[in-house]
Amino acid sequence: MKRRWRDLPPAVAMLAASVALLGVWTVYPLVRAIQNGHLRCDATGRRCRDAGWGQYSDVFMSDDFQHALGVTVKLVLLTVPAGLVLGVGLAVLADKHLRGIAIFRTIFSSTVATSVAVASLVWFVLLQPEIGVLSDLLSGWIPSLKNPGLLRDPDTALPAVALSSIWASLGFTFIVITAGLQSVPKDLYESAYVDGAGGVRRFTNVTLPMLAPSILFVTVVLTTRALQTYGEVALLTAGGPEPDKSTTTIPFLIYGRNSIIHNDLGLKSAAAVLLFLISLVFAVVQFRGLDKRVHYGR
Amino acid sequence: MAADAATPATFGVPRGWRKVGRYALLIAIAAIVLFPIYAVVLQSLKSGKDSLDHPRSLLPVDLTLDTIRSAWIDGDLGRLMLNSLFVSGAVTLGVIITSVLAAYAFAFLRFPGRDWVFVLFLATMLVPAEVTVVINQRTADSFGWINSYLGLIVPSLASTFGVFLVRQVFLQIPGELREAAALDGVGHMRFLWEVATPLSRPTLGALGLFTFLGTWNAYLWPSQVVTDEAHRTIQIGLERLKTPGDISKVNLVTGGLVVAALPIFVMLVVFQRQLVRGLTAGAVKG
Repeated sequence: MKRRWRDLPPAVAMLAASVALLGVWTVYPLVRAIQNGHLRCDATGRRCRDAGWGQYSDVFMSDDFQHALGVTVKLVLLTVPAGLVLGVGLAVLADKHLRGIAIFRTIFSSTVATSVAVASLVWFVLLQPEIGVLSDLLSGWIPSLKNPGLLRDPDTALPAVALSSIWASLGFTFIVITAGLQSVPKDLYESAYVDGAGGVRRFTNVTLPMLAPSILFVTVVLTTRALQTYGEVALLTAGGPEPDKSTTTIPFLIYGRNSIIHNDLGLKSAAAVLLFLISLVFAVVQFRGLDKRVHYGR
Repeated sequence: MAADAATPATFGVPRGWRKVGRYALLIAIAAIVLFPIYAVVLQSLKSGKDSLDHPRSLLPVDLTLDTIRSAWIDGDLGRLMLNSLFVSGAVTLGVIITSVLAAYAFAFLRFPGRDWVFVLFLATMLVPAEVTVVINQRTADSFGWINSYLGLIVPSLASTFGVFLVRQVFLQIPGELREAAALDGVGHMRFLWEVATPLSRPTLGALGLFTFLGTWNAYLWPSQVVTDEAHRTIQIGLERLKTPGDISKVNLVTGGLVVAALPIFVMLVVFQRQLVRGLTAGAVKG
């Protein structure tokens, strides 16, 4: 490519807005958060001193961070595999040329329209122990729905948050996997059939390998969402139930209004940077593990 | 199974009892997936007492708009919706403008250092909001933007994803077209406005839809930058209906939920195709 200096002035003009905005609201806060991770502040949050890089390991090893990390990882394990299996299962089930299948597809995609706040409040209402319709109808099988309530029982609060997340993400997973299924060449199935492969083998030997790019994409997105779970916790449990804090995820530890580090800029920054690093580790592991098996069709 | 071996056109289509079984399974799962929405919508259409009378609350009888009306008044939903509409509209417009301009520079201009700048752009996509919000809240504070529309809008006005998406489309426009236009004396802005933008309308539509939905549904940033009543978006403001103290009023939340979700449902039905294209953009080629 031949460079042209006369293209520079218009380029500067056209890039100015994006560069300035990304600089101020993305690059600067990243650099600043890494720096601020060194700060340790007093109780008022006003006077801070430099505690050095060691603060990162201090924060990481602290009981509160380790607890939140455990909760966050548990949430990933509760939501990602289940969400993936449900999404793939539904997409495969609805991928037949049946009359009226479009209606089912619309229904399965519908939860994509719910925001974090809407989905969380829907489940908050359904699971309300005193008046929620699910608590009322199913308490015969699951007594803790009424007493103390799924979201108030330390053992079930996190699974209940996960249930809300899985439901809310189902539409997204379904849409992406359905699109993936539609790009699988039909003659692959026919050759497999002619070669005597049954339904199960056609699924494991044709469908799954051809779906791998979509599955990788969904896995990374669902994992990222789970690692960033904040609104669900803020609205469903406020990090509780106390004193176990059994739903205090790392984002809630950082941003929650009743979080113990709410006023400490240094600790918040350090925790945020650590969350970023943890997300990167998850993404790298997933790409490494899945990419080998991904068939991109070329 | 002999039926399956018929013509390739009907390959894999279940027949007979398998078809009945498939429908039964589809209906059962559809009922489970839809149940939360159905229950909430019906509760919102009943009076306070009827909405708590389970399982009768699930029957479409004795419907009324009273609950939604009370939620609208108690929750000040009109104000919240207008705030969300204004903020999402402004961010959508802004993101389209900044993305189109930057994408043009990367696709049609050959300024020195272009590829380096583009890589730096892409790198910012890796930085998650969870890291930046701590500091951005401080920055907004120092600008005096806490509890203001500027604080809600400005930090979201640039989108690396948008730049990337639009650039991909611009690259498909033949460079000769730009060269020929330049020979005719057509400037960059006119070429951008009269040729490049119209040719990329479907992509701009998808970008606009996603930006609007993302901003409308955002929770973390608005919850950190807004604390007063006047500037709350609908996502943040709904919480107020949740804690009325009076347990018999919890059903007001359902009214608020229906009001908050309805515009999005309508939008998604209207723009279904753009939505699917946008969601799958990242998955097609890994």
